[in-house]
Parts: sequence; C-alpha cells; structure tokens
Amino acid sequence: MTVTPDFLDGNAAAGDLEALFGTDMTVVSGRCRGCGEQMVLAQTHAYLDGPGMVLRCPGCDRVLLRLVRSPTEMWLDAGGLDYLKIPAPA
Amino acid sequence: MSWRMETACFGEWGHDMPIVSRGFHGRARETRHRLPPGQYETTDFPVLSAGPTPRVNPDEWEFTIRTETGTRHSWNWAEFTALPSQTPTVDLHCVTKWSKFDTEWQGVSLDVLLEDVETSADYALVHSYGDYTTNVPLEDLLDGKAWIAYRYDGEELAPEHGGPARLLVPHLYFWKSAKWVQRIQLLDEDERGFWENIGYHDYGDPWREQRYQGD
Ligand SMILES: [Zn+2]
Repeated sequence: MTVTPDFLDGNAAAGDLEALFGTDMTVVSGRCRGCGEQMVLAQTHAYLDGPGMVLRCPGCDRVLLRLVRSPTEMWLDAGGLDYLKIPAPA
Repeated sequence: MSWRMETACFGEWGHDMPIVSRGFHGRARETRHRLPPGQYETTDFPVLSAGPTPRVNPDEWEFTIRTETGTRHSWNWAEFTALPSQTPTVDLHCVTKWSKFDTEWQGVSLDVLLEDVETSADYALVHSYGDYTTNVPLEDLLDGKAWIAYRYDGEELAPEHGGPARLLVPHLYFWKSAKWVQRIQLLDEDERGFWENIGYHDYGDPWREQRYQGD
C-alpha cells in the first residue's frame, strides 16, 4: 500500500502558480480569512497529488487557494485568503 | 451519444459478468476491455488527498443521512457495522487517469441505509470528516451502485484510504467516492462539492470521460 506524506510546503506549488501569475508566488504574502494568520505562500501546506492544487493555512488547515487545470482552462479559487500581496511588475 | 455502460463486477455475481446499467441503449463492451477512455491501469493504490487525513476513532464515528425536510437518520459504529454488508469487487477509475481493477471491499449498500428514509430528493451532497464534499444524483447511490465501505482487501479500511468508512460509488470517477464519509445531505437542487465547484464535472462518468465542466 502506498503511503504519501500528508502535505508538501508551498514551494512545491511554485511552478503552477508562476505559470498563472507570471511571478514567483512563493514569496507573495497573504492572510488567512479563517484565522487571520499572515504568511508567504511558501509556508502554506500544499496538497498536489489530487485532481487539483490545494494550499491550506499552516495555522488552521483551512483551504486558502485552489487551482485546477483542465486542457483548456485554469480555475482559481483564492477565497480562503483576505488578500494576496504581489510585487508590481517592474 | 446517449449510451452508458458499466463493466464493474459486483459481489457474488462474479468477475466475468458485465453489469449493464438501466440507462443502457447501446452495444455491450467486452469485460476484458474495461479501461475507460484516457485511463491507464495501475496495480498500485495511489493516495490522493485534498487535505490532512482525519483519524476518526470508531467510538466517535457517526454517519448521518439528512433529508431535504431535515429529518435525520444516524448510525453509530456498532449500529452501522451490524447492518447487512456486501463484498463488492469493483474497478476504480480516478480522474487523474489511473484505473485499478478488481478491488475488493466490504460495506453497507446505500439501498440498506436509505431503505427507511422518506425522501423525494433528486440529489445528494456527501460530506466527509474534514471539509471535503462531493455531489452525486441520488439515483446513482441506489440499486446496488454504491456502498459505505469499511473494509478493503480483507483489512480494516486504513485512514489514508478513507477509513473508518468511505463512500464507494465505482461507476463514477473516484473523487465521488468520498473518503472519511460523515453525512449525506439529500437535496431537491444539485449543489456542487469541493472539486465540482472549481471545474470538475457534476456527474463524472469515466466511460463518457466527463472530467471537467463542459465535457
Ligand atoms: Zn488559518
């Protein structure tokens, strides 16, 4: 029986997020809508082996961000975050 | 195309008899060609999770069906495992493209659990311990098509695979077979679950390759 670790750190989601936002998102900060914890996305708990990407809050385990890629579309839900603070393009 | 086929083989009916669903209007497939389009076979049992694995003690476990009018039907672990069970052998088809043949389960048919439940609902939203949900038409839980499974391959169902108990609805993509099942809410209107509300298909028939919304 295969046993995989529960989660990876948010760096594991870097490639997919950068493809979408065009910048290194692991250093981007955000705040959990559930518990108020502030973090950079590298600190989130990433679940990547399922049908889509799920980033959870390291403080309360709530879903912060989900990303699904179909062959033709990307679906993004960042409803678990109050905000994402992304550096402005140079 | 309005045909739909089911090649999973259940319980005592044996491995060689294809089960034809009631919606069948076309020609039969041979059981040995039972890989849905776009899938590959694996002999492994990959663990896919959208969140931390809940460890639910059977002493605290409870399973509830709540009807569209609010009536609750609940079973604790002792009551649930005392219900008549079945031992389906089924094929699993994950939307991440692996399929696994001839998996052996023990569980209680939803026909048994819904027997005394009075409802005119058309839909079900399945809730897990944790925050996972998935939507399934109620008719897809009936007529020997779905179980609440609590043993796999002769053993207690491990937490990684959804133990103490998970939904098993093998004629749909495996994300519908919610791990760590806690309750089923019956609904008049369809309500999307965790993956369905971010792009995955509401129904998820592997034979029609219904992976994403619009497929
Ligand atoms: Zn939080």
